[in-house]
Amino acid sequence: MSLGEFLQRATSPWMREGGPQDDIVLTSRVRIARNLEGIPFPQLETDSHANQVIERVAKALNSPAVRKLGDFELVRCSDLSALDRAVLVEKHLISRDLAEEARHGAVALRQDEVISIMVNEEDHLRIQCILPGMRVDEAWRLANTVDDALESELTWAFHERLGYLTACPTNVGTGIRASVMMHLPGLVISGQINRLLSAVSQVGLTVRGLYGEGSEAAGNLFQVSNQVTLGESEQEIIQNLTGVVLQLIDHERAARKALLQANREALEDRVCRSFGILAYARRMDSKETLQRLSDVRLGIDLGIIKGVSSRILQELLVMTQPAFLQKYFGQELSPGERDVRRAALIRERLRLDDTEVHG
Amino acid sequence: MLCQRCQQRPATVHFTQVIGGDKTEYHLCDQCAQEKGDLLSKAAQAFSFNSWNPFQFNQLLSGLLNMESSPGFASPPLTQLRCDHCGLPYSQFTKTGRFGCAHCYDSFEARLEPMLRRIQSNTTHTGKVPLRAGGQVKVKKELQRLRRELQQAVSLEQFEHAARLRDEIRRLEQQLED
Ligand SMILES: [Zn+2]
Ligand SMILES: [Zn+2]
Ligand SMILES: [Zn+2]
Repeated sequence: MSLGEFLQRATSPWMREGGPQDDIVLTSRVRIARNLEGIPFPQLETDSHANQVIERVAKALNSPAVRKLGDFELVRCSDLSALDRAVLVEKHLISRDLAEEARHGAVALRQDEVISIMVNEEDHLRIQCILPGMRVDEAWRLANTVDDALESELTWAFHERLGYLTACPTNVGTGIRASVMMHLPGLVISGQINRLLSAVSQVGLTVRGLYGEGSEAAGNLFQVSNQVTLGESEQEIIQNLTGVVLQLIDHERAARKALLQANREALEDRVCRSFGILAYARRMDSKETLQRLSDVRLGIDLGIIKGVSSRILQELLVMTQPAFLQKYFGQELSPGERDVRRAALIRERLRLDDTEVHG
Repeated sequence: MLCQRCQQRPATVHFTQVIGGDKTEYHLCDQCAQEKGDLLSKAAQAFSFNSWNPFQFNQLLSGLLNMESSPGFASPPLTQLRCDHCGLPYSQFTKTGRFGCAHCYDSFEARLEPMLRRIQSNTTHTGKVPLRAGGQVKVKKELQRLRRELQQAVSLEQFEHAARLRDEIRRLEQQLED
């Protein structure tokens, strides 16, 4: 299979779509935690409880209300190979915990992979919606619709004062975690990032550097999400997050502009060097990959690099991870072998765009 | 969640460090994050200092919970406290940070309350209510809202509006009784 075909099959359909502000916001994700009334939380579930939960979810997925939202496929994690589970983790469709503690777990996926429902993870259900670009509001509305539809068959554990009850009290109330993945190279290069992130954290949001490989928020990727789940409505949580993200976008745009004006040559040099390394290197570890990809994506956004799809960062973030590499090359690979294959895959991916441009 | 370094202020900066396949989560307050210098870009150096021990999130949570139990607190000793429904010992909750069932929220209410007050913005849910199971809840919340609105209408002397609200409140109260 060619890389092009593999990409079509392996990356989620939504990854190939664009979205608002997707030069800075890669994805918007909302997940809501729900538990069934009358069954212990997964931590204390017996085999028969766990099966009951899976069976009830399967039935709910077949209800007219849910079928209106699309076709879902429900798979037990134990029916998936370890490699396939790892691929689902790398695609952000299931958590590492669910992949590793596969005995009782299951996952329901809608065909386009925008909606995934984890079953028997920390909570009985984790309904998740991912969309490209800044569409956190839409992701919430969709997750909300799925919740309503499931509720036509299922009764949630709900407390009059505390709201939706979750296994971990840090999720109680709305059970909602909304997060936005942002690419912020301008703020990092210009040294403004820490000041802004600490400002963000003062308004009830948390920021994580993604893919931290020891030394830095690799790839200049940050995930901004709500911290509070109780005492604010879902709309308030989403609005608060949206307001802050839009401000970060403005700051990032301003920082990029300022960098270009003050030091175009240095910026172009950095971007083009990274492109050269990605195009020719024979060994790439994951940390350097992220850093170079971030530079190249910045170069594409600023018009320094032409003829390369801006999706390359998104795609290669997923494709160059261990499980995907092994899936693509069809064999088990040691970390050293992975570095060699990763470099080869990146070179191939860059040629793919080249041919698209000229052909 | 408390900052794992100073254990005093709420943790607001979170990130995950991966070294040789070992994943560690860090939760720091603003100030500690800043004191550690350029946290997000120099994390490796910052955290190779052995000045403090990284905690797991759950141990962190348990630290918080144990700290909340003030000496004058009249409740059974930790070793005996259990959820009367699922049997989860409180001591297990402090280790895993997870409840065993929905009733744990009531069983451990007294201990949970101070923690919720600290990590959440408020201890009363104001968001979505289940459509089916929560019909009653929904009506009660709507009643609360209408009664507030009625008070306001009366104080603003909007009597026509107030009369309409009063009728609506009666209708909902009737619905609750049925
Ligand atoms: Zn948790
Ligand atoms: Zn601190
Ligand atoms: Zn319990």
